[in-house]
Amino acid sequence: MREKKRLRRSMMFVPGNNPGMIRDCHIYGSDSVMFDLEDSVSIMEKDAARFLVYQALHDLKYGKKELVVRINDLNSGLGIKDLEAIVRAGVHVVRLPKTDSAQDVIDCEKEIARIESEAGIPVGTTLMMAAIESANGVLNAREIAHASDRLIGIALGAEDYVTDLKTTRSDGIELLFARCMILNAARSAGIDALDTVYSDVNNEEGFIAEATLIKKLGFDGKSVINPRQIEPLHKVFMPSEKDLNKAKAVMGAYEEAMAKGSGVVALNGKMIDKPVVIRAQRLLELNELAGVREVEEI
Amino acid sequence: MAEKSFDFAKIPHIGEIACNGEFKAAKARNTATFEEKFDQKNKVVESLEKAIRLSGLKDGDTISFHHHFRNGDHIINQVVAKLAEMGFKNLTLASSSLAAVHAPLIEYIEQGVITHIETSGMRGELAEQISRGLMDFPVVFRSHGGRGEAVASGELHINVAFLGAPSCDPFGNANGYSRDDDESIMCGSLGYARPDAHMADTTIIITNNLVKFPNTPCAIPESDVDYVVVMDDIGDPKGIMSGATRYTKNPKELIIAKTAAEVVKAAGYVYDGFSMQMGSGGASLATARYLRQMMIDEGIKCRFALGGITGQITAMHEEGLIEKILDVQSFDLDAAKSLKKNHFHQQIDAPTYASYRRESAVNQLDFVILSALEVDTDFNVNVLTGSDGVIRGAIGGHPDTAEGAALSVIVCPLTRGRIPCVVPKVNTIVTPGSVVDVVITDQGVAVNPNRPEVAEKLVAAGIPVVSIESLAERAEHIVGKPDPIKFKDKIVAVVMYRDNTVIDVVRQIDED
Repeated sequence: MREKKRLRRSMMFVPGNNPGMIRDCHIYGSDSVMFDLEDSVSIMEKDAARFLVYQALHDLKYGKKELVVRINDLNSGLGIKDLEAIVRAGVHVVRLPKTDSAQDVIDCEKEIARIESEAGIPVGTTLMMAAIESANGVLNAREIAHASDRLIGIALGAEDYVTDLKTTRSDGIELLFARCMILNAARSAGIDALDTVYSDVNNEEGFIAEATLIKKLGFDGKSVINPRQIEPLHKVFMPSEKDLNKAKAVMGAYEEAMAKGSGVVALNGKMIDKPVVIRAQRLLELNELAGVREVEEI
Repeated sequence: MAEKSFDFAKIPHIGEIACNGEFKAAKARNTATFEEKFDQKNKVVESLEKAIRLSGLKDGDTISFHHHFRNGDHIINQVVAKLAEMGFKNLTLASSSLAAVHAPLIEYIEQGVITHIETSGMRGELAEQISRGLMDFPVVFRSHGGRGEAVASGELHINVAFLGAPSCDPFGNANGYSRDDDESIMCGSLGYARPDAHMADTTIIITNNLVKFPNTPCAIPESDVDYVVVMDDIGDPKGIMSGATRYTKNPKELIIAKTAAEVVKAAGYVYDGFSMQMGSGGASLATARYLRQMMIDEGIKCRFALGGITGQITAMHEEGLIEKILDVQSFDLDAAKSLKKNHFHQQIDAPTYASYRRESAVNQLDFVILSALEVDTDFNVNVLTGSDGVIRGAIGGHPDTAEGAALSVIVCPLTRGRIPCVVPKVNTIVTPGSVVDVVITDQGVAVNPNRPEVAEKLVAAGIPVVSIESLAERAEHIVGKPDPIKFKDKIVAVVMYRDNTVIDVVRQIDED
């Protein structure tokens, strides 16, 4: 389902050249699925993958799942071909790789608008997200985040970024600056901040530690590369029973105060500030969205 | 002996007392040492050929085998080759099952040595040839419970049973492992061989490991055994069983397994003291993993696990989560080792496991988790024929456990590659929909309308329940509608339900 604001705790990468995974990817419970036409597809298979993803978007039913496609770099010549196919097929979100500047977003948006118009799709339908994967991109994060109304979020692509920094991935300290930049840029634009992948699928402990860190920082979610990472990730994002009860109490006190026409909200004799109310509200919303287990119409 | 103090004929009512007449003399004693007696070999005959001659086997008779050596079995091929060499014809081969390794039987079928086959399953080249019309007489497929009962009741009369055993003593006490050593071949339980040994006119044990009397414990007692043949090669240990059946890492199977555990819990069948069986297959075996965590979290135990037993079940037994194991067939080496060392891991025979005529163990099951090749919108299950109509599976205990258990759960993916697994109509009905309660796929759970109370409980627990028709529609939407399989009129196999009534037939595939 195409929605600008929605739950995006997990975005699962699905190689665009793997029909079995494309067919089944929605069953694992990630909030979004991301068909990849870029790095997981070899140059020999770019056309086949594009065709496959087009058919999947066009023919298969994925229920309420958010459908994202990571396209190839527009400068490669492949990116345009990707857009021509997937925008027409009705993709929800186009993920632009290697975004170094606001201009990259604007260029891509221009192509999307052209294709929408040619295909008779209302211009502005297709949403976008931008992956930031270089020092330049990180430093331009704020402008990138504000570059288009279509943007639902900006994401960190860590592998290219650490290479650009002349380092490698280690305990996460090397990504701290980029994460904070991206997070603040996203919040400044009122869009989602999405974290990079954790590649060692057999290290659940390490994955949970990283997920806990990015949740503490304030990220909305994270890309995953294996269905096994989804459940632990969602657990990290699930509010605790204690936090939930507190949030419910806060909202109860808030509503009571509103009903009385009182501007002062108090709980157990303590004043409650507005940010506390906002956080409580968010927590309850997240819990409601995350707890829903719907019978999807088939 | 001194003069008698009585007159036998004058003992009152002597004609009514069960006795063999008047004592004359004790039997001549054998005063050889125990060690020397081992060399006297008792029931051991020097060759398979001699054992066959002694058995009195004749043309047209029924010979039986077990399938505890699975795809590592070398018994059936060697015995049938010998029977062919000796000139036997028109035999009925009644094995508890057959595997791909038995392809050499094709030659003996063509020669008329084997003219009838009874089995639970069939795979590989033999199955392909049967599906192409190799035999005149249809192959008879029975469930493990159905066959066990047919043998035990004499309905399926066995003239000579040729039973491979990883250990046997000279008196015929045979077992699927040996407590005398750790190096010999193991197959664990010999549950499917036991009714054959008991009921056959003549039972020949074939072993590569003759151990000293007494071979305890034993699956087959000496009272059921006539001859023992020692052969170097009874099977390939690697094909008989290997290591532990590993938990699947396939995320789709894991998702199905997790749902299965949630379903049996929500339906009310996981409580302190429950009973269960897991069929073979990635998803059904993996269900144990999720149940295990549930049991630990809630501090509950399983009273007994039944069936084909794997290392996962025995590991749960060893950590105290499962109190007792009833083992008719051990699926892996870990299971066999557990049978060897664990006091409350008991081997049982096929009728005790699943006979329909008595209160067999399957009737005590709370739930069973079973795989399927395909399920239809009437909940009928096929585990025998593939999407091309060719035989490639085994009935096993599928219908026995589905009927016996309080809740029967089928786990299968919605599609396999381009093949739909939930379909409007299955190729072959092995287990009728009337005994199938829940179908769990990766894309939804369907509950048989004849179990509305189960559906209600699942919905109440937040498990997404959909109609079986909608699953079939979804499968068709993804992979399209397959062309119907073409069959000829010739019936190549009959499929028995567990009560040995004919539930379906398999026809010759039409390749023209």
